[in-house]
Amino acid sequence: MHAGLLGIEELGRAEIEAILARAKDFQPIQSQTLKKLDTLRGKMIVNLFYEASTRTRTSFEIAAKRLGADAVSITASGSSVSKGESLVDTLNTLAAMRPDAIVMRHSASGAPHFLARHLPTPIINAGDGTHEHPTQALLDARTILDRRTSLEGLRVAIIGDIAHSRVARSNVHLLAKFGVEIVLCGPASLLPAELAQLAPGVHLTTDIREAIRQADVIMMLRVQLERQHEAAFPASEYFRFYGLQLEHMDLAKPDAIVMHPGPINRGRELSSEVADFQRSVILNQVENGIAVRMAVLERVIG
Amino acid sequence: MPIVIKNGRVIDPASQTDRVADVLIVDGRIAGVAPNLASPRAEILDATGMIVAPGFVDMHVHLREPGFEHAETIESGARAAAAGGFTSVCCMPNTKPVNDSAMVTSYIVERARHMAVVNVFPIGAITKGSAGEELSAIGAMKAAGAVAISDDGLPVMNARVMRRAMEFARSYDLPVIQHCEDLNLSAGGDMHEGVQSVRWGLRGIPAASEDVMVARDLVLAQLTGARYHVAHISTRNAVAMVDHARRHGLPVTCEATPHHFALSDDRMAAYDSNYKMKPPLRSSCHRAAIVEAIAAGTVSAIATDHAPHPGSEKMQEFERCPFGIIGLETALSLAIEELVAPGKISLNRMVELFTTGPDAVVRLGRGTLAPGAVADVTVFSTEVSWTYDVNQSNSRSRNSPFDGKTFRGGPMATIVNGEIVWRRDRA
Repeated sequence: MHAGLLGIEELGRAEIEAILARAKDFQPIQSQTLKKLDTLRGKMIVNLFYEASTRTRTSFEIAAKRLGADAVSITASGSSVSKGESLVDTLNTLAAMRPDAIVMRHSASGAPHFLARHLPTPIINAGDGTHEHPTQALLDARTILDRRTSLEGLRVAIIGDIAHSRVARSNVHLLAKFGVEIVLCGPASLLPAELAQLAPGVHLTTDIREAIRQADVIMMLRVQLERQHEAAFPASEYFRFYGLQLEHMDLAKPDAIVMHPGPINRGRELSSEVADFQRSVILNQVENGIAVRMAVLERVIG
Repeated sequence: MPIVIKNGRVIDPASQTDRVADVLIVDGRIAGVAPNLASPRAEILDATGMIVAPGFVDMHVHLREPGFEHAETIESGARAAAAGGFTSVCCMPNTKPVNDSAMVTSYIVERARHMAVVNVFPIGAITKGSAGEELSAIGAMKAAGAVAISDDGLPVMNARVMRRAMEFARSYDLPVIQHCEDLNLSAGGDMHEGVQSVRWGLRGIPAASEDVMVARDLVLAQLTGARYHVAHISTRNAVAMVDHARRHGLPVTCEATPHHFALSDDRMAAYDSNYKMKPPLRSSCHRAAIVEAIAAGTVSAIATDHAPHPGSEKMQEFERCPFGIIGLETALSLAIEELVAPGKISLNRMVELFTTGPDAVVRLGRGTLAPGAVADVTVFSTEVSWTYDVNQSNSRSRNSPFDGKTFRGGPMATIVNGEIVWRRDRA
């Protein structure tokens, strides 16, 4: 993994377990008074975000700083790229400044993979298009494991715009490696049949009630209208058929948890009551994001 | 100077020849095919153990001139053709300006006469600017040398325009070549819609986008009686429909590219734009259908869709990269390796697919070694081992997924109008 972290699909189970275990070590640090380590002192991390993202960028920045590294964040808007420098030229320029890793988010699927072939600097994928978001799946797994002894045999429902979700893809790859039963649910136009072949143990349904039934974990996805290139579902009736509401929780296991990668749209993909529900672990996910990203940065650079 | 090609296995489907013989070329014409031919002062080309065939025709290339000379020129593209064993190429009209007038057609013919080592036959645009709306000057382009019409790269989306184009083309006895793609179904797509596109989070180009256009056009071909040709056919349904139309006697043909019979989407390197083209590399079941259609005779020609793009354009995010790969120099080797060696087709059938097959569509009057014919000859070997180094390509562009691949079989010498224009180095 010293070559960076491009996706979950190519990671082995042992590697994932090692990251999750290390993230657990970092959890107590988040609530200490003195939160800073010196593991990566003198190291330089560039956060290059071609897509707006406050939480992921901040999370990576804080993770770097808590490990003692220096972090520089650059936000480049996608449209300015088309007018100016090519992606390769931008990255070559940054690489010449000798950072120890580049954390990158880009609206194009595969952009970090393409760059990894041409750059010596390790690249950490912070979300590429509709492909993968590996650290999100890792922090989701960490959050589940804070409440369950094992992932094995769990039933996880992922609900929303699956077709355009990198969070869904990374989670499918991760959970499938640990024998989780995965139910993907969304409107038919956002749920291509080929998803069932992505990994073992994946089922598809367009019925939210069927998806939630007996679930241990309910992962709601942000409905990302900005990723849709056409009207794949009438937005006005999305909540009615695919929004998570409190009464749905009766269908799930009694101790089922609700997750969301954020930022949440109250009243769009989940009701306000569900967002504030006692078994909603959305803020725990945010907190675990830092611990998991510390573990990833340490592994890539340390 | 006369040339004698000695001791090769002469395969000439047009005259149903397949025997070891010499081929004598005098004054740019085939003077004879027989054992032990000799001519004083003749240059001897020893073809022992090789195959001597009529010059290969590639009915689908992009030479990029005029307008995109940074990607390819008529001169460089012709040299790549010669190195691939092709003696004639038909160039698509998506240049700048688009070849939609006799003036541009004549320009290409003139440039080729001075710069090209192989024969270059222009294909005119169906519509002005290939915008799909107003018909271009089809008759005038034919008079200037156009051998077919096509808006290749773009389909004619408007069925009424396509109907009119077919009616005109029929009256001028020109084939209409369609790049079959319903742009609404394929909009925004970067690769074949299937497991792989879902896995990689890339937008898909469904097989249906090709199928619906082929279906529509076959109805129009029946209506108008035009000669209709499907470019770079890539789907199971499309070949089934073309086969059906041919069985019902319609003058319908199709071509397949080497990449569509050699590769499928599960063999793509992730996010490598050298695997990005239109139609996209389909799934393996579609690829198998193309191979079957070639073997069954539904496919009339192997054509490369040689599409040069400079490195800077291919060195981008996958979704921003242009579609297309170069293919002239690897086509014959891929046909030998993927079709002949595994026993899908005979060597004779392969030669047809490179000669009489395309010639029956674009009617260049080439593709035979009959005495008196223009001496376009392709000498190739099914045994030679060679490695493709794209940085040594004759093309100005480098966008090939076959870089570094070692082939068994390939072109050995290319003769155009009685002149040896290319020979494999024997280092």
